[in-house]
Amino acid sequence: MNSTTQSAPPGQRTSGGAATSVADDAPQDGRRPADRMKRRARVSTPARQSFRSRLRRDKQMLLMMVPGVAFLLLFFYIPILGNVIAFQDYQPFLGIGDSLFVGWQNFVDLFANPDFLHAFWNTLYLAAWQLIFLFPVPLVLALIVDSLISPRIRKVFQSIAYLPHFLSWVLVIALFQQMLGGAGFINNTLRDVGLDPIPFMTNPETFPVLVVVQMIWKDAGWAMIIFLAALASIDASLYEAAAADGAGRWRRMWHVTLPGLRSIIVLLLILRIGDILSVGFEQYILQRDAVGAGAAEVLDTFTYYTGVVGGGWSSGAAAGLAKGIVSALLIYGANKLAHRFGEEGIFARKVG
Amino acid sequence: MAITLSPGRLPLGRKPKELTYNPQRPVWKERPSPLYQTIKALILVLFSVSIILPILLVVSTSLADKEQLARAGGFVLWPERPTLEAYQTIFSGPMVLTSLGVSAFVTIVGTVLALFVTITMAYATSRPVLFGRPVILAVLFTLLFAPGLIPSFLMIKELGLLDSLWSLILPGIFGAFNFVVMRSFFMNIPQELIESARIDGASDWTILCRIVMPLSKAVIAVVGLFYAVGFWNSFFNALLYINDHSKWPIQLLLRNFVVQGSGAADGLGISSVPPGQAIQMAVVVVALVPILMVYPFLQKHFTKGVLTGAVKG
Repeated sequence: MNSTTQSAPPGQRTSGGAATSVADDAPQDGRRPADRMKRRARVSTPARQSFRSRLRRDKQMLLMMVPGVAFLLLFFYIPILGNVIAFQDYQPFLGIGDSLFVGWQNFVDLFANPDFLHAFWNTLYLAAWQLIFLFPVPLVLALIVDSLISPRIRKVFQSIAYLPHFLSWVLVIALFQQMLGGAGFINNTLRDVGLDPIPFMTNPETFPVLVVVQMIWKDAGWAMIIFLAALASIDASLYEAAAADGAGRWRRMWHVTLPGLRSIIVLLLILRIGDILSVGFEQYILQRDAVGAGAAEVLDTFTYYTGVVGGGWSSGAAAGLAKGIVSALLIYGANKLAHRFGEEGIFARKVG
Repeated sequence: MAITLSPGRLPLGRKPKELTYNPQRPVWKERPSPLYQTIKALILVLFSVSIILPILLVVSTSLADKEQLARAGGFVLWPERPTLEAYQTIFSGPMVLTSLGVSAFVTIVGTVLALFVTITMAYATSRPVLFGRPVILAVLFTLLFAPGLIPSFLMIKELGLLDSLWSLILPGIFGAFNFVVMRSFFMNIPQELIESARIDGASDWTILCRIVMPLSKAVIAVVGLFYAVGFWNSFFNALLYINDHSKWPIQLLLRNFVVQGSGAADGLGISSVPPGQAIQMAVVVVALVPILMVYPFLQKHFTKGVLTGAVKG
């Protein structure tokens, strides 16, 4: 329990000197639970208490953690242990306890399986599309919005742009179908003027474009918020000084705005990279029927169709585990890289 | 962390003469060329229209009457004689009503439970307490690694929750991001308030209920709305865990009858009177409206909520 080394928050230090003796007494009279002295001791306590008295002191706080901890155990940590079935020949009627262990065989099979390799490369391919074409959009939008002078226009645009973030993927796809689908608004209009309809939603070739457009539509406005906040926190006098030194619009952007946004850009890139293998599950599973598994099969859908639909529990779990571990390594690596470049990253920041 | 507006950048009382055209433009900012302005306006307008147009189209089509729909070939941008026929039709069968009920139940119960778990957890770790640190680390670890689809599915199965509405609720009652937002808000509450209550003999529960929560109404509202939107929108859990048609939430109904394009009228168990198009649109609107209704409240608070999490994380 390294929690004993925690220091008290600054607000508690003020009365520390006077209460030391009280704190020392605390363990003895701790047998009376409702004791005032004990409560006082807790207010201004240095970390010099026995485990038992701390337990008694924090009893209610520990009780409050119970629901959350139970959740974490039930729906997070025990399922993580459940990943052992990736090393088994799991049979539902035998259960985890009685299924045969097969070691790395599932992984060996997986990497010999062309479907899995296809899903893997497809994931990377789509992720690259997203990274290159999706990431800059909110930044550009934020720069435009930040340069708006009229607060009214700003507000109206923000209200509109944030909205799609709160719509479910099912709704987004449904709306896209109504607009771009074979019987959708645009194709209907094209037919009316005598042109051939364009298969926006069903062409596997252009599927990456469609996916990126959908993501921009749904989340680019929302992703703008963070950039806007970062832009607002850049000291305006820097712009003024730069302008006084004769820097034009682009020079100011290059030398003031972008350096000011550097750490937030790095942070978001790290998060993006950690997410790269989960390119957007719901989006793919909803459209896989329309464009076919060739274009829309990614690691997550592979896991779903192999494991849950196809009954290949162990290979599905192996694919999922491989993905999870690679993702975690990617975040870790990206974070390390950020440190090398002198940025804070995500996990450097204090937890307490 | 409010997003400051440009007027703040202009020092008062130092207004140069050439600035008469717009007093809000900072002194050092040159007036953009017409080309720039056009490009900027074009981007903003196109983006906004791309968002508004589909929504308008769907709502209008759902309200349009048969003749206009037939004339327009399926889509209407503005209903000439708005009619609720499509809605009457979808609500005459049991399917849509049941799934709305399921979604409402999951959303309400889920949000209440999620708030309870998140608030207690966030408060219990907002001060240095026994086991506080390992618990926080255990939460943050969930951001780094996910247990995976298959083990989660097997867990729900082991718990006997397959085909039960609890399988839609329980996996969503705690989110690390919301925890971080809530906790950083609690940590910013002045310690003096909490200490003085403790000296007066208040227990931790009393402090949480009588002091911390009343001070945190705004953040509780935001986090609650985030959870509610999440529950309302979730469809994949239902696809995984629910087979029974009478327990489908509205999102799954939408997916099966609109996105997958099977004939809406047959699936919904109703005899189709208005054109299928209008019925499909009506189902879309029914799923959309609750979000549109809470959106103004969300928008009022979310910037603050999101930024607390982002900055303090």
